[in-house]
Amino acid sequence: MDFSLSKAAQGRIAMARMAAESLMRPISRQYDEEEHTDPWDFFNTMWEASKANAEATSLGGKKSGDKKVSENTLLACMQIEELAWGDAGLYLSIPNPGLGGAAVQAVGTPEQKQRFLGSFYKGKPKWGAMAITEPHFGSDSKQVATTAVREGDEWVLNGTKIFCTAGHRALNESDGFVVVWATLDRSKGRAAIKSFIVPAGTPGVTVTRLEDKMGIRASDTVTITLDNARIPADNILGTAEIVEKGSTGSFGGVMATFDSTRPIVAASGIGVARAALEVLTQVLAEQGIAIRYEAGPSEQTVLEREVMNMEAQLQAARLLTWKACNMMDRGQRNSREASMAKAKAGTVVTRVTQKCVELAGALGYSRKMMLEKWMRDAKITDIYEGTQQINQLIIARSILGYSSGELN
Amino acid sequence: MIDFEFDEEQQLIRETVTSFAAERVRPAAREADETATVAESLVDAAWELGLIQGSVPEAYGGYASQAPSAVTGALIAEGLAEGDLAIALHLLSPRLVVDPVLVLGTEQQKQDLLPAYLGERFVPGSAAVLEPHINFHFTRMRTTARRDGGGWVLDGDKCMVPLAKAAPWIVVYAADDSGALAAFVVPSGTPGLEIGEREKMLGLHALELYSIALRGCRVPDSARLPGDAAKLLRRARVAQSAMAVGVAKATLDYAIGYAKERDVFGVKVGQKQAIAFMLADMATETDAARLLNWEAAWNLDQGNEAAREVALAHRYCADMVMTVTDNGLQVLGGHGFIRDHPSEMWVRNGRGFATFEGIASI
Ligand SMILES: Cc1cc2nc3c(=O)[nH]c(=O)nc-3n(C[C@H](O)[C@H](O)[C@H](O)COP(=O)(O)OP(=O)(O)OC[C@H]3O[C@@H](n4cnc5c(N)ncnc54)[C@H](O)[C@@H]3O)c2cc1C
Repeated sequence: MDFSLSKAAQGRIAMARMAAESLMRPISRQYDEEEHTDPWDFFNTMWEASKANAEATSLGGKKSGDKKVSENTLLACMQIEELAWGDAGLYLSIPNPGLGGAAVQAVGTPEQKQRFLGSFYKGKPKWGAMAITEPHFGSDSKQVATTAVREGDEWVLNGTKIFCTAGHRALNESDGFVVVWATLDRSKGRAAIKSFIVPAGTPGVTVTRLEDKMGIRASDTVTITLDNARIPADNILGTAEIVEKGSTGSFGGVMATFDSTRPIVAASGIGVARAALEVLTQVLAEQGIAIRYEAGPSEQTVLEREVMNMEAQLQAARLLTWKACNMMDRGQRNSREASMAKAKAGTVVTRVTQKCVELAGALGYSRKMMLEKWMRDAKITDIYEGTQQINQLIIARSILGYSSGELN
Repeated sequence: MIDFEFDEEQQLIRETVTSFAAERVRPAAREADETATVAESLVDAAWELGLIQGSVPEAYGGYASQAPSAVTGALIAEGLAEGDLAIALHLLSPRLVVDPVLVLGTEQQKQDLLPAYLGERFVPGSAAVLEPHINFHFTRMRTTARRDGGGWVLDGDKCMVPLAKAAPWIVVYAADDSGALAAFVVPSGTPGLEIGEREKMLGLHALELYSIALRGCRVPDSARLPGDAAKLLRRARVAQSAMAVGVAKATLDYAIGYAKERDVFGVKVGQKQAIAFMLADMATETDAARLLNWEAAWNLDQGNEAAREVALAHRYCADMVMTVTDNGLQVLGGHGFIRDHPSEMWVRNGRGFATFEGIASI
């Protein structure tokens, strides 16, 4: 058991922190107020950095060595906590393969990985995205109604996807791609749902709406219409067979992507809440209020108790997140822990950021400070990639040994 | 590097303690609670496990290969408390003396005191920390230690002193003339150390707890453990918080088992979201509290003061165990209120963690 940060972790955190402080914080308010505009300087800078990093990795320069236990997932979480501390909306806007990339990584063939990820960091900034949600469903993802029909060497997709993060930048602002979930046969339920890589520029694919949101406004969230959109036959992820549960490439296989991405969502929320708590602590310090951790019960003020509680809650969420990462890095099944991290973080970051607004009084409510923005940015943690309730379901099924048929 | 896996020794200790708790402690828990005693045979069996001996270095008669570890101590405390809290506190009571002596004691004090705890049979230990007034905090003791010639005079009132009648020594915590927290190893029978009636509590029925009065209780200078006694009480808090996690875990597992058996409205009660989500939250909170407490323990093992980490984990675990035990009872409905089930006992025991101070040690 070890609670110390490795050299690699310290390095990763320091780098991300630098980007957060020098590139994100200075433009954070601007891109919150000016929704649907693009911070190209930021994109370009991040893109060049990622490119350099990708080159170094492919040359073997930056491999994590031959350590016994990998900490790749853990390092990703730590990095993302820092970036989200800078600005959660901008973090989501960084040109990268995103959730679409995670799906390709998880279930793609070596050839697909090479085609879509191998040369991703070439040329101009690009984005990847993932489109599951449709107007008539969100949580209940087996309701996918977008269809995929095989015609010759192509798949033909039809349907409407909503709430697709970075969909606009992936399709309209770059040569990116969107991983689209579609069904081969609606009567076959889960087993017939497949994911397809839809590259930018595919005829029949249109972004028809950009959402106006409460928070993470720098990140685009869009509706995508697929009208006889034709993609090559080998753009399907996994097999085209309608296979039963458990096999790779099945619905369950794609769902397993979330085991690695849920801790990341948790980490991004934790970064936002930490930003808020830090500012609140500063505001209190300026008023001469310091937190006395070992003051007697009646000496301790309500404020101190609240701050202590928030610190403990946030650290609890962080440790659950790190635990889920540690398990993944050790090759252990971590669905339950990933959902615990996500569910806990969702609640904690929502409450902490709201409490910080309250405790900072009129300052907290004012747009002169960032607290109100962070409250708006934090809430999404409890919604996307499985709402609070969906993650509770996953945890409950796991501890009770129930199938989704037995508990839903 | 951040890592949550146990090493081999920790794994072995955990397995040993967990199976002892399941096979011997849990089956004895209800009777111990009803009769307010811990069976002699159970104490003897636990002694054979070597949980105390294993924390003392070979030089003093034990068989620990290294300094006592708060992380390992937390594993033991959680495991035993999952069996039963009162019995766990009884079985681990020698640590109330052993741990302070190991951590703060001089070479002479270690030589004088430790071998007594490493004999053939269990010897109870005790510590006098809590005081019978509201607004108690371990950094602000009302019990005083006044310099007097070559020794100290102790005055004050203490409560919830475990096994005070049977223990050959009680570690008494008091504020010295400078206001610093000090710990004194006081032999039983010292004049001015008055052991009162056995106390009856909401929970912990099986654990013998006493109020004691210190009235001009004079001890030699050699009774004082040198150094910062707050360190000891932080270690105690980590042990106690680990026990809170153990109680929560016991409650959770029992509630899960029940929820899968009980029929309501044509399904199992665990298939109802209101109950299933409660269980999910209980599981998440138990894990979260455990991790937070391990981090505090790990910090202590690194030699850090960890005042903040311990304070946060302690508060968190005390709150967590109240919610978890209460919900654990709720899952059983009216049956949870009946003493045929352990749930109500866990509620009574769990309620105490915000109050207890210094009745457990690593
Ligand atoms: C900013 C933003 C970005 C997003 N990005 C993406 C993206 O990139 N790709 C993508 O595919 N989607 C994305 N989404 C969609 C998101 O994943 C869904 O909104 C989310 O899964 C919830 O679905 P829903 O909104 O349809 O709510 P619903 O599923 O309609 O749920 C409504 C309420 O009911 C609860 N509920 C639902 N089912 C159950 C149940 N079985 N038991 C108990 N309670 C239940 C939910 O928790 C929720 O509180 C995004 C959403 C937003 C707001």
